[in-house]
Amino acid sequence: MAQSPVVSENQRRAVVSVSRPPAPSEKAFDAAFKVIAHVFGAAVVVLLGGIVFEVMRHAGSAMSDYGLGFLATSTWDANRGEFGILAEIMGTLYTSVIALVVGGVLGITVALVLSQGFVPRRVELVMKNIVELLAAIPSVVYGLWGIFVLVPALRGPSNWLHEQLGFLPFFSTRLSGPGILPAALVLAIMILPTITAISREAMAAVPKRLGQAAYGLGATRWEVIFSVILPTASGGIFGALVLGFGRALGETMALAMLVGNANVFGWSLFSPGITLAALLANHFPEAGPAEVKALMYAAVVLLLITLAVNAIGSFIMLRSTRELKGLH
Amino acid sequence: MPSSVESADASTVTQPALHFSFANRRTFFDSFLTVLALVLSTVALFPLFSVLYMLIVRGGAMLSPSLLTELSPGAGMEGGGIGNALVGTLVVVAISAALALPLGFLAAVYLAEYGGESRLATVVRFSGKVLTGMPSILAGVFAYALIVVTTGGFSAFAGGVAMAILMVPTVMLTAEQALRAVPAKMKHAALGMGTTHSQMVLKIVVPTAMPGILTGVMLALARAMGETAPLLFTALFSDYWFDGHVGSPIASLAVLIYNFSGSPFENQVKLAWAASLVLVTLVLVLNVVAQIVTRRPVEH
Repeated sequence: MAQSPVVSENQRRAVVSVSRPPAPSEKAFDAAFKVIAHVFGAAVVVLLGGIVFEVMRHAGSAMSDYGLGFLATSTWDANRGEFGILAEIMGTLYTSVIALVVGGVLGITVALVLSQGFVPRRVELVMKNIVELLAAIPSVVYGLWGIFVLVPALRGPSNWLHEQLGFLPFFSTRLSGPGILPAALVLAIMILPTITAISREAMAAVPKRLGQAAYGLGATRWEVIFSVILPTASGGIFGALVLGFGRALGETMALAMLVGNANVFGWSLFSPGITLAALLANHFPEAGPAEVKALMYAAVVLLLITLAVNAIGSFIMLRSTRELKGLH
Repeated sequence: MPSSVESADASTVTQPALHFSFANRRTFFDSFLTVLALVLSTVALFPLFSVLYMLIVRGGAMLSPSLLTELSPGAGMEGGGIGNALVGTLVVVAISAALALPLGFLAAVYLAEYGGESRLATVVRFSGKVLTGMPSILAGVFAYALIVVTTGGFSAFAGGVAMAILMVPTVMLTAEQALRAVPAKMKHAALGMGTTHSQMVLKIVVPTAMPGILTGVMLALARAMGETAPLLFTALFSDYWFDGHVGSPIASLAVLIYNFSGSPFENQVKLAWAASLVLVTLVLVLNVVAQIVTRRPVEH
């Protein structure tokens, strides 16, 4: 046997060393563990595939029943079996865009303050932790805060704006309670940590000497920021915005609690509206079989929109990190 | 009007202005933007303080032993607590942890130790990232389609499955990072001693990476605890105590807050604030524990 010398060698060495070749049982365990690890790895892919397949399967009959007209009409009437999600799609995009503008401006500003030496290091660290805390608070708590703090606080200024500038479509109604603006503002707070964290990383990845070279030429801090830091980090910042937008599109609770759940779309910031996720949250618990199918169709639309936005965001991030590699 | 910087470029004989003055357009602009940035940052962080203030004032006012031990009150009823919701949250999170932790952990072991840059590993990693970005309500839709429709009713188990889907990618991606950070020389030393690959992984790599893995677990648990959307139409809600039966609907803090937030009854609104305080405290404690676990030095 070819193995016998090895075994005897091993037995001889066992006296002086703990090392030895693995026993057959250990080899079997090793092979089994390898297979198990592969199976669980593949299971994650199966999980994602299963989610897409299962939702699609349940949406199938609704997709063939309602066709693309589902996306272009705004009725949601379970009694008459008429379903359409145009108002939901528009409402989702509208609230998310407003949240992106507000959350983007604030998020990038916070990222600048945290990365460009505006405040002492210790303050920077405290602020970074506060931003992380912001992300840790559950969205349903933000919703509760929105109902009892934000909406009452916004009512006065909103109605003043409506009286002064009511001829603009954005201010054409009064804010009576929940509406687009409070929902979008809470959404902005919720995506701010994502935007800040990712764009701060992109800004920190800009080589120090680039900024210092600009300072050496006599540039002020904001000239450095606008002409060196932001352009160099633009890929990462853009990726952060897209990923933040993706989060805003899929956020449910804050919207279900604050957007008003009126099945119409209007440009007024103060009017109630609805979003895809809020529709699912509101109608699923009590839906009958026909309505469930329509809701599954709406879920497919939400899934496709968020998948597309996230894929674009990840792709931009990947490209920007590759581009930055050349600068180091 | 040519600015000072342009004239300085044009003729090198101009003396630079070495005194600080807001009359200089560039200086003014710079200071103005700095002030604006600091103001905007304060505005951005203001909501957090407002939320915490409201939680302490409105939620704190309700704190009492009976809050945690009594059943949630129905419409118009006085008193009551959030005991069943607290227990329900813990039960649902426990179910989801039991499902998600083995899956996420072993998938991470596969990625870090076996997958490398292979095609399957790339697909697994991509799937994990897609799952991270997927709206949480879609996890609920999936659990509804898979379990609620087939079993014919809302259940704690369906809620646990929906939650588990949200935990898997967090656990997997953080655990992979932690496993990859284990120095190669430790692995080589173990293999040199004659261990099999799996023995090396289980006895050397995993214990060394444990703080990092636990951080991911804590963050995933914290996230799951606060999630509401996937529970709305899977676990639903219940006004009674958990009876040890995972096949029936169950209460949770998050859904209680949602249901009571729109209630016309002052008592239920007060309980929503109290439940928020308890929920945020739980989530923050998990986050702090996660930070402490990460910082703990690893003994080699």
